Amino acid sequence: MSTTPVTADGAWRLSGSVALRPEPFGALAYDFSTRRLSFLKTPTLVDVVRRLGDSPTVGIALTDARVADDERPAYIAALAGLASGGLIEEQTP
Amino acid sequence: MTLTPTRPASTGRPVVGKLVDQFEHGLDAPICLTWELTYACNLACLHCLSSSGRRDPRELSTEECKALIDEFQRMQIFYVNIGGGEPTVRPDFWELLDYAVQHDVGVKFSTNGFRITPERAAMLAATDYVDVQISLDGATAEVNDHVRGAGTYDAALKAMGNLQAAGMTDFKLSVVCTRHNISQLDEFKAIADKYGAQLRLTRLRPSGRGADVWDELHPLPEQQRELYDWLVANGDKVLTGDSFFHLSAYGEALPGLNLCGAGRVVCLVDPIGDVYACPFAIHDTFLAGNVRSTGGFDEVWKHSALFEELRSPQTGGACSGCSAFDTCRGGCMAAKFFTGLPLDGPDPECVKGHADELNAAERERPGSSQDHSHKSPVRNAPVPLELTPTRLSSPCDENPLLPGRAVG
Repeated sequence: MSTTPVTADGAWRLSGSVALRPEPFGALAYDFSTRRLSFLKTPTLVDVVRRLGDSPTVGIALTDARVADDERPAYIAALAGLASGGLIEEQTP
Repeated sequence: MTLTPTRPASTGRPVVGKLVDQFEHGLDAPICLTWELTYACNLACLHCLSSSGRRDPRELSTEECKALIDEFQRMQIFYVNIGGGEPTVRPDFWELLDYAVQHDVGVKFSTNGFRITPERAAMLAATDYVDVQISLDGATAEVNDHVRGAGTYDAALKAMGNLQAAGMTDFKLSVVCTRHNISQLDEFKAIADKYGAQLRLTRLRPSGRGADVWDELHPLPEQQRELYDWLVANGDKVLTGDSFFHLSAYGEALPGLNLCGAGRVVCLVDPIGDVYACPFAIHDTFLAGNVRSTGGFDEVWKHSALFEELRSPQTGGACSGCSAFDTCRGGCMAAKFFTGLPLDGPDPECVKGHADELNAAERERPGSSQDHSHKSPVRNAPVPLELTPTRLSSPCDENPLLPGRAVG
């Protein structure tokens, strides 16, 4: 589990042990190694998370998912929450 | 079929909002799927939800079980709760466990522990995808063996010792809360801590053989309050399967999903492939379909008439005027059904006392629509209770079932 803060310039991805299941409200995220279930509460957040791994930075993933500028801090905070739960991890070079 | 007579016109799924509101409309696949692999059991617990004992000849074959696991994988059902009966008595149990894990379906299975040998414990400790839940319904052999059978307390503790020795951590110690063990909550916690297990407390249901012992085993009103206070104080350290949401009417909502998830986020697949709305509702009234039918489990989950009805907007009926309705939502559908109460009225254990009159009235109880109970005695039969008070609070306390409490 990373202690690096999530910023727009950081590079992150869905953790290897985590699977997403689409649902009408967003998605379920299940971590097979911790057996913990979490909820991504909006479809846009799911889109952002899915894009993270192929994006050089969090900011680019947010832009590609069409997150409005004034909503970016809220999304970065949501990603920080996912990072603290180990659902997303830093990309390794 | 209509489960509740009063429904407003459909308002559709909210686009945004609280998760609990989303859950009421159902999900594309269950979050909490219980799969009872067999009705066979080496025990004859008094309160068995599924009236288990004897194997059903129509039980799903190994190949059918594997096909069902494949379907769970396609539906991204990340984990299932396997129970029974006693699942480990199926000769293919360990094979099916391996198959599930290999197909990204994690398993938590419930067991009485008799077959959790040191070798099995080592195997279980070796995979992250498998969790084990040991059933224990008394913190002392006296209280436990009365409900679960002679020798079952020792067997459960031996299994926990084997799991701990194998390095398995955070397995579950699962307790059904009864009139006789509410006073033992701290002791259960101590047992769990001793073995490196996590304590899980669940509600006694009047389902299966539980209906026969409900009146003598379900917690008394003052014990419900004791349980609620204990859960508020210890809630972050214990699991509850979100089964005590009816207690939220005391005040602060308990952690977890305060909602009946039946047919919405929860369901049960029984040993012959029948799909019921929840593990506590094994009755024809709550039978949605069978996994052997065309379209399989996916079709039953998504389109059965019963589940569509359970996901349609529901009113609180007699409860809608209650100040606690938002937190308790009328309580447990199965508890109401099997005690013969109306489904759109209060839970039989309504903490506001709104069910007192109904509970006292003569009424028809639905009984069970299946029974696999043993027809002859089992080796580990329940032991008649001869409880002695352990913590007398007053010399006048004459009720042996309520240690530490004056009877008023």
